[in-house]
Amino acid sequence: MATRDAEQPALLDGLVAITRRDLLLAWKRPGDVLNPLFFFAMVCTLFPLAVGPSAEQLTLSGPGVLWVAALLSSLLSLNTLFLSDHEDGSLDQLLVSPQPLPLLVIGKTLAHWVVGGLPLVLISPLLAMTYRMPTSVMAVLMVTLFLGTMCLSLLGSIGAALTVGLHRGTALLSLLILPLAMPVLLLGANTVSLAAGNESYATGVWALAAYAVAALSLAPFATAAALRISNE
Amino acid sequence: MTAKLSAKNLTMIRGERCIFQHLDFALNPGELLLLQGRNGSGKTSLLRAIAGLLALEHGDIRWNEVPISMQRQAFHAELVWLTHRSGLKLDLTPAENLRFEASLRPRSRLDLATIYERLGLSRLKNLPTRSLSAGQQRRVALARMLMADVPLWLMDEPFTNLDSDGRQLVIDLTEEHLAGGGLCVMAAHQDVQVAATTRNVNL
Repeated sequence: MATRDAEQPALLDGLVAITRRDLLLAWKRPGDVLNPLFFFAMVCTLFPLAVGPSAEQLTLSGPGVLWVAALLSSLLSLNTLFLSDHEDGSLDQLLVSPQPLPLLVIGKTLAHWVVGGLPLVLISPLLAMTYRMPTSVMAVLMVTLFLGTMCLSLLGSIGAALTVGLHRGTALLSLLILPLAMPVLLLGANTVSLAAGNESYATGVWALAAYAVAALSLAPFATAAALRISNE
Repeated sequence: MTAKLSAKNLTMIRGERCIFQHLDFALNPGELLLLQGRNGSGKTSLLRAIAGLLALEHGDIRWNEVPISMQRQAFHAELVWLTHRSGLKLDLTPAENLRFEASLRPRSRLDLATIYERLGLSRLKNLPTRSLSAGQQRRVALARMLMADVPLWLMDEPFTNLDSDGRQLVIDLTEEHLAGGGLCVMAAHQDVQVAATTRNVNL
């Protein structure tokens, strides 16, 4: 036992392993995964029914509605990020694993985004059609949603980690995250509106991309620290 | 004398309550530290503190004479922890759970088939963990300890839910681990008779 010739895991092994485990878990329980997607689709299709079929009104409100629905459905699924791990004790095992915790957090957030964020991006063109959005604007919508949902998952992981020890922490989680998520919503919705009005929209996309990079480089450390505090 | 795992003057306060104070222990390779006390006396809290998950009011825990808070990642690479919750994903099979665990820690030279055989899991390894009994789930959690090649075992109530064969198995595995120069910290209600130097902490 004193000899240390055992096979040591590589740096990224933990990240890959936890992403794979969480995707496998999502595959085995598709119901939990599809909930936010249904919510997104329902809000986006019900809205035109309620406000009426006027083409002008739909084109104007389309970007805003799609973005608000995406934001809310992201928030909806966030509280489950660490909850089941906390309840079955596997979070304790992750905290005492020799892998760097921020990397494990990135792995978990990545898996969460792949099952909760990416599907929204993929079905958004379909829903955008109900708002008579031209194809070129749909492309902008997809790019901004791609970056935006990534930001929301990363920011949300901080809130999810802070509220993991609390029962029914969902409301608190939303309150914690919303101020940080506001810039994402404003940038995203306005960029798509600008594109729809044939104006220059590149600045918004760059700003969202910058926000995503900042979130990716800072949020995992904050989340790791928050997990250690709330799991005491 | 230098000990592999030692603690000096530990005091833990949770909320308004003092869990334990002025606690000392020292543990060398091949020795078992037995934490005993009634329910709620702080056995699990002490184990969590040793694992580095709970902050102490005073005192520090040292591994190789270095405080564990200063070498967290290196220390975690040297321990496995059997918690009272299994830490297993119920929707995955034991094989899938253990494959995930294996990628987090230094791997043992024992191959998986031997470990399954030893713990009586060979026929269960591809069933959903949810369908296993509590005792069988505990055996899967024990497999995690065998798979990792680490010197320090932390065990929280390892005998819970196990039948008499299972209890004997835990004692055998612990004795083998200690005989190989490992260390073990075990929290238990009942008396544990292990053929190795046993130190007691009564909380």
